[in-house]
Amino acid sequence: MNTVIENNNLDAKILPFGESAILIEFGKGIDPMIHGKVKMFTENLDLSPLPGMIEYVSAFSSVTIFYDPVKVRKMCQESPEGKSLLTFEILAAMVREKLGKLEHDADYTPRIVEIPVCYGEEFGPDLQYVAEYNKLTVDEVIHIHSHGEYLVYMIGFAPGFPYLGGMSECIATPRRQSPRMSIPAGSVGIAGMQTGVYPIATPGGWQLIGNTPVELFRPLDNPPTLLQSGDRIRFYPISRREYEEYKGGRS
Amino acid sequence: MITTIEPGLFTTIQDQGRWGFQAYGMPISGAMDRYASQVANLLVGNRPDAAVLEMTGTGGTFKFDEKQMVAVCGGDMQGLLNHMPFSNWSSFIVPRRGILRFDAAASGYRTYVAVRGGFEVPVVLGSRSTCTPVKIGGHEGRVLRQGDVLHVGQDMECETRLGKLEDKYVPQYGSQVQLRVILGPQDTMFGSAALDTFFGSSYKVTKQSDRTGYRLKGPKIKHLGSADIISEAVWLGAIQVPVHGMPFIMTADHQTTRGYAKLGSVIRGDLPKLVQTKPGDCIRFLRSTEEEAIEVLQKEQESYRNIKQEW
Repeated sequence: MNTVIENNNLDAKILPFGESAILIEFGKGIDPMIHGKVKMFTENLDLSPLPGMIEYVSAFSSVTIFYDPVKVRKMCQESPEGKSLLTFEILAAMVREKLGKLEHDADYTPRIVEIPVCYGEEFGPDLQYVAEYNKLTVDEVIHIHSHGEYLVYMIGFAPGFPYLGGMSECIATPRRQSPRMSIPAGSVGIAGMQTGVYPIATPGGWQLIGNTPVELFRPLDNPPTLLQSGDRIRFYPISRREYEEYKGGRS
Repeated sequence: MITTIEPGLFTTIQDQGRWGFQAYGMPISGAMDRYASQVANLLVGNRPDAAVLEMTGTGGTFKFDEKQMVAVCGGDMQGLLNHMPFSNWSSFIVPRRGILRFDAAASGYRTYVAVRGGFEVPVVLGSRSTCTPVKIGGHEGRVLRQGDVLHVGQDMECETRLGKLEDKYVPQYGSQVQLRVILGPQDTMFGSAALDTFFGSSYKVTKQSDRTGYRLKGPKIKHLGSADIISEAVWLGAIQVPVHGMPFIMTADHQTTRGYAKLGSVIRGDLPKLVQTKPGDCIRFLRSTEEEAIEVLQKEQESYRNIKQEW
């Protein structure tokens, strides 16, 4: 009997989050299909924001919209049917209406971003370990890592830090037993089934396999990050000389 | 020009925050106590988004090269102007070569100094706020140090006067605070016994609290199952409960996404109360509703309008 709902590919759970945010859950997994819905919804929000909306954050399987509740309340009081409703109810109805219209839309075309990486040496002090752990050669690890296509599920943890999906299980490696006090900006690492790039220097326990000369966080630009949710990225190996040329060319 | 003679414990330049970049992982930052910082700006006739100094726990000492109009609001750091005490929540003139000195907070925990015109630092991503975890904004992206020189900007918007704010606009800070909470979005990951524990107990502010959030200690809040969720956005006031069962309330410099269950959110109107507590203070939580939370915000905005009109 629920065929209609099951066929509605943008069916979502809408929850209040305090008095000034609303959480829209498109599913519970880390799955490109679910993330596609997230992306489709945020593309629509970019074009037509909700009234009183301040900004939104999209994540693996959800979108959180932050809004000015006083503004929305005021707007509610101006309409007879809105008077008795909570601001959450008003916004949830608007979100549902958006989702209803979106289900027939075509999906988005992802941006492809290529990221050069100098693997190994002092840039990737754990590359050898990752190879040994997975019973591979260093070159095989580099080959596998640079031949995948990765989906940027979410930017979080630090500005410009991408949560990536799509890494081969063949190079999955547990985190280091003792985290490093500081990981340099640009470090490319592996933690369990994930790979990622550090936009700024932070402490961390990832296995470092290389470093990119590309800046992922650019506070003087708008947008301030190289990557955005929904991007597809590819890594390609560069030599130390190319790395230095890249760094030199930028400054 | 204003010279930092003593920086104090943790002093930064803040405005009302860096909005619009959370989707890129950028924390909001901004003044921890929105109310005290905005009132300080009102008392010197500044625009609401003018940058102020935020001092934490123990304030600093500042030497003024030129005469400036100043307001001090928030926690009472026993301020002295050229060795003479002045009232908190007031505006006054610091004369040429005047020295403004602050000590440990006798009440509250965060104190704001507004100077007419605001502090002039480069605008980064639309804001002058310092975000120390990311090392951007404010004065070189960091806390003030001895010898740092600050400049005064042009962010004033109206005429103003000198004097003390009426008592009805001055919050009372104590070591026992009640905060109102709206449940969700993951309150169903806790049983009713856990919620009874949370609302029925007193939680202590720990020393691990900072501008990213308040880490509390008290009776353990048990999850029904796992404490983990698939990472999603967090937000000012969100109460995250990781596996150890102790609440962690997000404040100005919080990371944009996190992966632990959120029991509820402190209503935004009560956040100024939270951020004026210091390590060792006690917090109790009360259930609230959206309607109450919005009413509190409306009243706060009304106070801003009234202060501006009356001043």
